Amino acid sequence: MSLVLRSRLLTLGIPTAQSRLLLDTTHDIATPEGVELKLPVAGLAARSLAWLIDAMIKLIVASFGSTAFLVFGGAGVGLMLLLAFTLLWLYNVLFEVFLNGATPGKKALGVRVVNLNGTPVGWSGSTIRNLLRFIDLLPGTYLLGLLSVSLSARFQRLGDLAAGTIVVYDTAVVPPMRAGADKPLPITVPLSAVEQQAIVSYAERAPRMNDERVAELASLLEPVLGQVDSDTLKRHASWIAGSGQ
Amino acid sequence: MKQEAFEKQNQAAWEQMEAWIEALNTRRVDKLDDGESIGRDFPGLYRKVCHHLALARARRYSAGLQQRLNQLALDGHQHMYRARLPFFSATARFFANDFPAAFRRHWRYVLASHLVFYLPALGMALAVILQPALIYSLLDPGTVFSMETMYDPDNDRLGRERQSDTDLMMFGYYVYNNISIGFQTFAGGLLFGLGSLFFLIFNGLYFGAVATHLTVAGYTSTFWTFVIAHGAPELTAIVIFGAAGLMLSLKAIAPGRKRRWHAVRDAASDALPLVYGGTAMLLLAAFIEAFWSSTSWPPTWVKYTVGTVFWVLTYGYLLLLGRNEPR
Repeated sequence: MSLVLRSRLLTLGIPTAQSRLLLDTTHDIATPEGVELKLPVAGLAARSLAWLIDAMIKLIVASFGSTAFLVFGGAGVGLMLLLAFTLLWLYNVLFEVFLNGATPGKKALGVRVVNLNGTPVGWSGSTIRNLLRFIDLLPGTYLLGLLSVSLSARFQRLGDLAAGTIVVYDTAVVPPMRAGADKPLPITVPLSAVEQQAIVSYAERAPRMNDERVAELASLLEPVLGQVDSDTLKRHASWIAGSGQ
Repeated sequence: MKQEAFEKQNQAAWEQMEAWIEALNTRRVDKLDDGESIGRDFPGLYRKVCHHLALARARRYSAGLQQRLNQLALDGHQHMYRARLPFFSATARFFANDFPAAFRRHWRYVLASHLVFYLPALGMALAVILQPALIYSLLDPGTVFSMETMYDPDNDRLGRERQSDTDLMMFGYYVYNNISIGFQTFAGGLLFGLGSLFFLIFNGLYFGAVATHLTVAGYTSTFWTFVIAHGAPELTAIVIFGAAGLMLSLKAIAPGRKRRWHAVRDAASDALPLVYGGTAMLLLAAFIEAFWSSTSWPPTWVKYTVGTVFWVLTYGYLLLLGRNEPR
């Protein structure tokens, strides 16, 4: 789609495939069942914190290991080096392959690695992305990886780009269903499907927002519905969703 | 259909799907009990949820419901399309067939990598023969001195003669050091080949310089008997990692008709057999180096014979195995 047309549609408020891509951080995968699934991609902050936790775990294991192995003299040094090798190169691969794409750090942050097609990461994907980590941390302090995560559309570091993997949030926050929560109240103004959807979604999200914000969002509808408070709007939502029918 | 009626109608199916996901997350699919209440038709249930998701989107049901169904379908997708590989038979097949086949299939890269490693080694060897002081352009005098004392035949105590517990220490060291170098040689391909070329050329020069310096000094009986056996898998593995790195780099520079990252992605998975195989070879090399090369009791001719056998075996394996099976 041309840039001009896209910006035209954007100003008209018409969602296009491109504008969705620009405005949301989900990665869409097409399944053989003919439905598009949306994966919430994890960004720089979550990934960095996961890395930090993993780094601390590795550090603790290494220091305990070196103290324990010291007893064995020269052989202990050998074991220590084997441990260092494992932590340096194999830690991420083994955890990602056997624990569903998540190292302990990623698990703590609720993120994990998947292939671009949404399937769990396997040996090849995990090996490539973790061996190429050596390039991402160049020239020290992960500068290349940082740039790559910041600049790529799906927050991929170079290893991810070469392996065809992304880091996604494990589970999206899903608001609980609210069937029959409020007494339905009909709306007399004709509303489009998108507008009706917005009102029901508003009622769903309301319990997770503070009262001021709930009231503020309700007041936005004044030109359409006249003066409505948040409770009235929730009852409208129940009516749209078909409560009590 | 209004949203709440839709929810009421399909609630049971969604809860069944949740039970399936829960069961599949905790157990392997073939360990699931047949008599369990979650039913048998997971694929059918999964397709049903996908259908519900499509309906929810088309009918503009609320964002929350869409999210819930999206999550259910995603979790189902994870289990539906998970790759399950028979690890052990795949590994056996890999070493009996896939790895040597990959070595030959990518022979252009493998050959180039051999040249990039061995030509500098040869050049450095000639240079050190003509001008012995040139070794100090690569190694500082302290290192050269310690190399000399390590392999001095007059010691009558082979450079790396030691107790068995230090054998284990050296094994750890070789694994850590050599495999790290191998991985870095591969990963360096992503820097448009500069990394791979650097590691190949540097190690080639280093090897050529040290080997020639010690040979010229007349330490052949100690140095060559030490390196000949493990050198076969070790040097060859480094060259193989180099070939894998060159594959990456060529596609990063000249992606052809694909998009650049797409080309790199394909090259990386093409190169992966070389990486796995190279890793196994370096493990083997570390083992030989730590537990055989360091021994001083075998007579020189035994060491040379065993070493030669290793070289023949290494290239025989890479060039001859896995020819019959279609790849």
